[in-house]
Amino acid sequence: MRRLIALVPVALFLVLAGYFFVVLQPGYDPHALPSAMIDKEAPAFELPGLRDGKALARDTLRGQPAVINFFASWCVPCRQEHPLLMRLAAQGKVALYGIAYKDKPEDSTRLLDQMGDPYRAIGVDRLGRTGLDFGVYGVPETYVLDSAGHIRKRFVGPLTPADIEKELLPLLRTLGGS
Amino acid sequence: MIVELGHFCLILALCVTVVQSAVPLIGASRRHIGWMETGRSCALATFALIALAMAALMHAYVTSDFSVINVIENSHTDKPLLYKISGVWGNHEGSMLLWVFMLSLCAAAVALFSNNLPPALRARVLAVQGMIGVGFLLFILFTSNPFLRAPNPPANGHGLNPVLQDPGLAFHPPFLYLGYVGFSVAFAFAVAALIEGKVDAAWARWVRPWTLASWCALTIGIAMGSWWAYYTLGWGGWWFWDPVENASFMPWLAGTALIHSSIVVEKRDTLKTWTILLAIVTFSLSLVGTFLVRSGVLTSVHAFATDPARGTFILLLLLVAIGGSLALYAIRAPKLQGGGLFAPVSREGSLVLNNLLLSCGCATVFLGTLYPLFLDAMNGPKLSVGYPFFDRTFVPLMVPMIVAVGIGPMLAWKRGDLLGALQRLSVAFAVSLIAGLILFYMTYGGPVLAVLGIAIAVWLAGAVITEWADRVRLFRMPLADSLRRAINLPRAAYGMSAAHFGLAVFVAGVSASAFSQEAIEVLPVGGTMHLAAFELRLQAMDKVAGPNFSADRATIVVTKGGETVATMYPERRFFPLQKQATGETAIRSGLIADLYLALGEADAEGHWTVRAYWKPIVSWIWLGCLIMAGGGLISLSDRRWRVGAAVRSRRGATVAAAGE
Repeated sequence: MRRLIALVPVALFLVLAGYFFVVLQPGYDPHALPSAMIDKEAPAFELPGLRDGKALARDTLRGQPAVINFFASWCVPCRQEHPLLMRLAAQGKVALYGIAYKDKPEDSTRLLDQMGDPYRAIGVDRLGRTGLDFGVYGVPETYVLDSAGHIRKRFVGPLTPADIEKELLPLLRTLGGS
Repeated sequence: MIVELGHFCLILALCVTVVQSAVPLIGASRRHIGWMETGRSCALATFALIALAMAALMHAYVTSDFSVINVIENSHTDKPLLYKISGVWGNHEGSMLLWVFMLSLCAAAVALFSNNLPPALRARVLAVQGMIGVGFLLFILFTSNPFLRAPNPPANGHGLNPVLQDPGLAFHPPFLYLGYVGFSVAFAFAVAALIEGKVDAAWARWVRPWTLASWCALTIGIAMGSWWAYYTLGWGGWWFWDPVENASFMPWLAGTALIHSSIVVEKRDTLKTWTILLAIVTFSLSLVGTFLVRSGVLTSVHAFATDPARGTFILLLLLVAIGGSLALYAIRAPKLQGGGLFAPVSREGSLVLNNLLLSCGCATVFLGTLYPLFLDAMNGPKLSVGYPFFDRTFVPLMVPMIVAVGIGPMLAWKRGDLLGALQRLSVAFAVSLIAGLILFYMTYGGPVLAVLGIAIAVWLAGAVITEWADRVRLFRMPLADSLRRAINLPRAAYGMSAAHFGLAVFVAGVSASAFSQEAIEVLPVGGTMHLAAFELRLQAMDKVAGPNFSADRATIVVTKGGETVATMYPERRFFPLQKQATGETAIRSGLIADLYLALGEADAEGHWTVRAYWKPIVSWIWLGCLIMAGGGLISLSDRRWRVGAAVRSRRGATVAAAGE
């Protein structure tokens, strides 16, 4: 019995190491986790708006490609990503929407006051239900929806300039053309 | 030339550590005293060589030698000297060099201050440290060499990330790494004990000071990092449960458990296998933390270098170091002899409870950090983790622990009297109850949990004072006698009281953050805003130039009831080189409250966003950490580490004689 108990730590560690090994494989990119939702219709949501109260709902987004960014004031990587979103919004070509994920509205407002507001509209997902429906596991995450409201791409973690230039914008161009 | 010398020193250091990790170990098993002693000279030589390498890199930074790639990427001639120096470890390669430098420092310290250790144990400890050194030196030389030259040196460098140009952050990594790496000593002792198959009270006595010292350094390092986040990130938060923060917090939790469980081994000769396991786990968590930060497995703002080759290398290192030591544990631990028995309600019992709660806390932080990726790897459901997760899991675990910290020291060894202890603590309980009720009345309608937190802090402080009064028999014997007792109390007792008192101060500071007030307004020059009892007036905006940035500086006059309290200067800095703007907050810090001002951006009409926070006793958070670390240092100065030495060295001599 004592022997078996003494084996537990090393067994646990080997499981962990095996997992680390999988994660480290060249094909594995923590930024581009596949989503089961790709090419499926985005889950329905209807969220109360932040500040001016303009609500955000899936069905109003149809008609043109949309980018939905899940963010929160308690999330440090979101602050890193924020200037990029501001720059993206300044170009005026991208319909960028925000969902404040598990965040107090006043905290989200403060974040946007401090760093600028790049979003066309912001939905408040106070309990994280919409995030759960989308399969968000942490913030920030960014989804690209085509004009029919299907999810076409998922970005996990903060967007990088390369993500935007090499993937997001080209994808939007093809979506906009079709 | 100097750069190449640094590189050669590093290669030489690798050769020496290879010798250090093999020869003393063979010597110890063959009982060859000369072979065993090579461990000491190797450790000292490695330290000297790595110190030279470190100095060479520092020289390249200070003289802005832009023929070195690392200097180009992280430095600039306009950078102030302090940040040229801190730039050495403000990047991946340099920080790994700092890591091995700290490791060799620890090994050299063991070599120098271990005259009282049995030679075989010392040889094995140094050999294990040598092995860790080999691993990390290989890692640096093959995947992250800071001494690489650039074929076409540019005229100037890229500069250091502006966010990292801060005095608080300049000294954060050295303390943090000293803490991380310091636990390697406890780890080496644990592995050496497993090889020898013997753990006893004397072993715990040797391990404890090392663990305490690294725990103090880690405490200070984490506190510095959190303080930096508080005053640079510009919204008054001080802890974000960011993966990199968690990576430093996990070894701290395990290390805290270790310093407590090693007391039980030392005083009562029991809980041995558990303590060995904790020593291994604590350092393993430091290694895992390094892996997580350096490999890019987790995305985080702090992770400034990510490269799969490095990740694979560190993973191999982890497999050998952690897997190897845990396998050794699996083979040898069942054979270690158990020690004395104790009742569940006893000092030992309370320390076991402490260990249970701290380990569970550590496990929650571990899960919270890795869970999202874990689930994803198994195609499981996606779950979110962040502030909300830790608030709901970690905090509830720590509440009973903090309450128990007050009671534990009042219990006797072997069999304690819980009822008696609680009776003696009735005054502390009454005081905390009254304080809680008064505060509840004063802040009626406010956050109830914060009131509870402060009441618990008062309880803990009261319990610490009661325990001290109990020891010196205050008011139960003439004051002069109490005073004599107080002077004669061992330093370790004072260390414990100070550390626990620091915890109380920390808890109060954390709880009180719920009472902070804030105001955000867009002010024209000359405009005013209100916060708590203060009136803030934006008196002027100026352009100022720094060494490598230009800034907009606000002059804000703070008045209270018409009287000027302070003039504060928050800034927005713009670093042209990196095209990056940072905020420079202005904080008026005090024991009662902090006034915290951050300057936002200007709008089209030239009105400035000013964010102001009033945060009661927020500085107690870091004050508490400092008191905790101070408690560790007081305990470290206890005479039993020094007086016991004579006895130990005699014992060491007999072992040596027996070994001959």
